[in-house]
Amino acid sequence: MSKILTASVVTAAMVAGGASADGLSGTLRIISDMSNPTPRAVITQLAEDFDAMHPDLTVELEVIDREGWKSQIRNALSANPPDVVNWYAANRMAPYVNAGLFMDISDMYANGDLPGLDAVKGALTIDGKQWGVPYSYYQWGIYYREDIFNELGLSEPATFDEEIANCEKIIASGRKCYSIGSKFLWTAGGWFDYLNMRTNGFDFHMQLARGEVPWTDDRVRATFANWRKLIDMGAYIDDHQSYNWQDALPFVVNGEATAYLIGNFAVPHLRSAGMTDAQLDFYQFPQIGDYPMGEDAPTDTFHIPSGAENVEAAKAFLQFVTSAEVQTAINGPEGLGQLPINANSQVAQDEFIVQGFDMLSNNATGGIAQFFDRDFPAEMAALGMEGLQEFMVFPDNLEDILNRLESSRQRIY
Amino acid sequence: MTVSPALFLLPGVLFFAVYVIIPIIQSFYISAFEWNGLGELSEQGEYVGLRNYQELFTDRAFEVSLWNNVKWLVLYLLAIPAGLFIALFLNQTVAGIRIYKSLFFFPFVLSQVVVGLVFSWFYLPREGLLNAIISFFGFEPVNILGDPTLATYGIIAAGLWPQTAYCMILYLTGLNAVDPEQVEAGRLDRAKGWRMLWYVILPQLRPATFIAFVVTIIGALRSFDMISVMTNGGPFGSTRVLSFYMFEKALSEYGFRMGYGSAIAVVLFLIMLVFILYFLWTMVQDERASRN
Repeated sequence: MSKILTASVVTAAMVAGGASADGLSGTLRIISDMSNPTPRAVITQLAEDFDAMHPDLTVELEVIDREGWKSQIRNALSANPPDVVNWYAANRMAPYVNAGLFMDISDMYANGDLPGLDAVKGALTIDGKQWGVPYSYYQWGIYYREDIFNELGLSEPATFDEEIANCEKIIASGRKCYSIGSKFLWTAGGWFDYLNMRTNGFDFHMQLARGEVPWTDDRVRATFANWRKLIDMGAYIDDHQSYNWQDALPFVVNGEATAYLIGNFAVPHLRSAGMTDAQLDFYQFPQIGDYPMGEDAPTDTFHIPSGAENVEAAKAFLQFVTSAEVQTAINGPEGLGQLPINANSQVAQDEFIVQGFDMLSNNATGGIAQFFDRDFPAEMAALGMEGLQEFMVFPDNLEDILNRLESSRQRIY
Repeated sequence: MTVSPALFLLPGVLFFAVYVIIPIIQSFYISAFEWNGLGELSEQGEYVGLRNYQELFTDRAFEVSLWNNVKWLVLYLLAIPAGLFIALFLNQTVAGIRIYKSLFFFPFVLSQVVVGLVFSWFYLPREGLLNAIISFFGFEPVNILGDPTLATYGIIAAGLWPQTAYCMILYLTGLNAVDPEQVEAGRLDRAKGWRMLWYVILPQLRPATFIAFVVTIIGALRSFDMISVMTNGGPFGSTRVLSFYMFEKALSEYGFRMGYGSAIAVVLFLIMLVFILYFLWTMVQDERASRN
């Protein structure tokens, strides 16, 4: 990993025309939430390399627990803010943008400092300005047990009817179709995203996220009706409200459930639990209505707080992280194992990354969403996901849930 | 003469004011605003008067949290008789009694987070020990923490484990101070069993009971950590209490409503105030009685 990075850094430095000569000095303070083992190694290496490239600059890196950072960021941004922080794209950054805590870096996009980022620019745009840069993103989709599908004579479904037909056979074989752990709610958000994007189209889903459509709309009900088909046939594992997403992995590994709608970040976990690429495969969430496919592909980002002291160095760091070479390296199989955001970088030769990249480039013509809790405003997302979990356990409560969400929608937007 | 007591009091008063009194007043103030906690309250906050409180009254999640607080307060008090019972049981001179005492005291030493974790494993729907036991007796397995009607009781039961130990240790100390002459006198008057306990022992344990009551009430109102660890307020918000709901609305990942959170905090404070005033009143009474 480190060798690859260093090599690419050297190239990056050469491409940038001897970046060390641009006179960056002082201290660059980075607070990162890349606290899981692999991401931590990536950010540590990035900080070290950037430090080595600029002899007069000291890079100070502080890595904070990824979950903890979600509530600590507001304090970090208001009191003695660092120069660079991690966060998420789309509506998730709206509170900080609206409070003036993130720096407007539209000039970097405008003057060509960030080549190759045009495709992902939209997710970082609020009010026509850009507020940060992405560094990685990943696809969502259905990860399934290829060996069990073969054993039952099933093939990857392309439509919802095929999906249900498959599921009937899986249930008949004494297994569950889908594993899910909904204790922390967001996994249910993934199911809703896909069912709603497929039932009503990407544009409708975004209208709902922006609060332009009532939750009691018949089209929303149609989404839940489709979901209910799966719930009523017993497609999901029991007691999922007691598990987190990692707890739900063994169901797939043990073959008690054949598939899992989740992000690509689950793959390393499944592999380390002993799943081989022959046992595991991926397919795009099947088509329901006649709409172009929309996909969830959450983007992780870097931002410069508006109170940053070393803005020059911070901007240089964002440029460095998003450069094609560094992107290829940090998203590679020995790095994050995700998709690079720079159009000029190379995608790792990994079964799932390749499939995900192909899906997002060629068959996501409907649009790319960020994820339920990043597209909906924070409060709506929290109440919404709670309602979704309740629906999955007690589908009969739907009417009550929708009315509740609708009255929240009227208050929040 | 009058200056020195004031000087001695000054540091305490100062810290108490900065860390307790002023934040309480601030909570009252912030609860009249709609503010996301980012930027200055005076610039970003919008004055809404009592609207946050009006919203509380129509908020079902608030109602659920309030009722859960009541359940916690009532059921947590079970720790007091349970602690007393164990203390009486352990208050004897048998070989190795210190070991038994410390074993019973053990859960109180554990962090609430650890207790919560252990109990959530105990309750696990498939692998949990609880379901292993009840399925051994031929009953259907239950998913206590996943069932909105049972989850709160499951957490309270977990909380009672260390709390009972705490009350037990208070009563054990209290029993040491029981006057043997009075017990002797009671014996001469042929008091035994329940009558001895009720008329001779318990009145002498009154200070211990009072402290046990205070710490149990406080413990019930501080039930935040266990809920956070065991259910995170779920399933679908059925195990929230006011403190957890306040955290969710104001400080958590999706919480950006400082004003609303403060309004919840104010309600919680008013509930606590009832108990605090009662405790203070009792202590002042005792003080007066002991002076006369």
